[in-house]
Amino acid sequence: MKLPIYMDHHATAPVDPRVLEAMLPYFTHEFGNPASRNHAFGWAAEKAVEHARQQVADLIGAMPKEIVFTSGATEANNLALKGAAAMYAEKGNHIVTCVIEHKAVLDPCHQLEKQGFHVTLLPVRKDGRIDLDEMRAAVTPKTTLISIMTANNEIGVIQPVAEVGAIAKEAGSLFHTDAVQAVGKIPFDVNQVKADLVSMSGHKIYGPKGVGALYVRRRNPRVLLDEQISGGGHERGIRSGTLNVPGIVGLGKAAELCRLEMADESVRLRRLRDRLHEKLHQHLDGIYVNGSMEHRLPHSLNVSFAYVEGESLLMGINDVAVSSGSACTSASLEPSYVLKALGAGDDLAHSSIRFGLGRWTTEEEVDYVAEKVAAVVRRLREMSPLYELMKEGVELGSHRDAR
Amino acid sequence: MTYSPKVIDHFQNPRNVGSLPKDDPHVGTGLVGAPECGDVMKLQIRINPDTGIIDEAKFKTFGCGSAIASSSLVTEWLKGRTLDQALAITNGEIANELQLPPVKIHCSVLAEDAVKAAIADYQRKREAGMAAVR
Repeated sequence: MKLPIYMDHHATAPVDPRVLEAMLPYFTHEFGNPASRNHAFGWAAEKAVEHARQQVADLIGAMPKEIVFTSGATEANNLALKGAAAMYAEKGNHIVTCVIEHKAVLDPCHQLEKQGFHVTLLPVRKDGRIDLDEMRAAVTPKTTLISIMTANNEIGVIQPVAEVGAIAKEAGSLFHTDAVQAVGKIPFDVNQVKADLVSMSGHKIYGPKGVGALYVRRRNPRVLLDEQISGGGHERGIRSGTLNVPGIVGLGKAAELCRLEMADESVRLRRLRDRLHEKLHQHLDGIYVNGSMEHRLPHSLNVSFAYVEGESLLMGINDVAVSSGSACTSASLEPSYVLKALGAGDDLAHSSIRFGLGRWTTEEEVDYVAEKVAAVVRRLREMSPLYELMKEGVELGSHRDAR
Repeated sequence: MTYSPKVIDHFQNPRNVGSLPKDDPHVGTGLVGAPECGDVMKLQIRINPDTGIIDEAKFKTFGCGSAIASSSLVTEWLKGRTLDQALAITNGEIANELQLPPVKIHCSVLAEDAVKAAIADYQRKREAGMAAVR
């Protein structure tokens, strides 16, 4: 077993060697620009891009023409939200989304608010899922767009997107879903979900960074977007800019591998994830899973270790790469807004660790991580005043500065 | 975030972790911070009644590595000091010694607060004790 162990696959994943192999020729001898319509170099590049478009479409049950390549999922989210809001501004000015969306959805929504759009942020229940009745109540005739993520990046909780799609359809709104964490990990079909816009990323599915895609429905309804990056009219005028051919080839290959291997891989990862969960419970008390265990990505586990602060736990398990919702690990010095939205209390947000298993995670690694985490949690609890107070039976709800 | 070697050393080998009997009249206890803010420090000192010098200091901290290191370091500094010398410890000295980055300065502030809170607790006890004697 090689250290350090990488268990942070929600953040990013290594490129699969098969993906890299597919990409390599497009850096050197197949270097053409797919927009070069009059020579063999351009044709070869265009062929590679169209093959990748098919591979991505196949993964989500779409048609190749419905795939728009972008620089990543952040761009795809921006294009979907701003592009649709602007295009359908005459029809309405209301957007419905939810508090635990990724910042790449929330920030564009805030920008749209400044431009005069109204944004409703739905809360989530304790299990991290939205309430469909609240969604129905929030939608108005002015709602042009509903944006709900398929699976959350911090807690791995899967939203009832098919039901949201049905609500959107009934209301005559478009449905955008940020499916970055879900596509390639769990079955996802644009027609089953009734999605009109779907954001995807390359590097979360063992493809390269710097490439993503937006699914844009072309039939029932035909979705139009206001372009956000203007220029040469690439990607049917929706997204200008010379195509990142090696990246797109990599995204396509990664999508194909996910489609072919998802069934086996998700069973294997679910088993390993459950093993990690069980082992942590065997070793420790006072641990809480954040978000629904039932509606959860198979490779995902988010746990709070009561009485222990997350950053110190990360520091103690320094040969294991995971992440924490603790304020100390965030640039904003605020604890995770996702965990706060679950209503578990800020103290548990500070104590949370996200484990993200991946394609090459082994049972040996899982066992090592469980034991290492348990040992460090025990050591930190021995020096935690909160643990001591708990054992003495003192409730420390909010002990303000004794200044 | 990368940590200075001194922070790592105090985190890996914290000095003076533990508790002193908080009802002991010669012990002062400071408890500062809040769990929802991600930092709680408990710092205790025991004062030798004959010399007025701190002869024991213990801490327990819930917080990041820098918070643990700040409290560990300050327990080392407290031993052998008079109360006035202890009150002179500033968060700047702690931050300097541990080479804390700007985002971690609040950890050193909390450690200074904990020292002051422990001393205040001790002095309250002494005054209460004297009042009882009278």
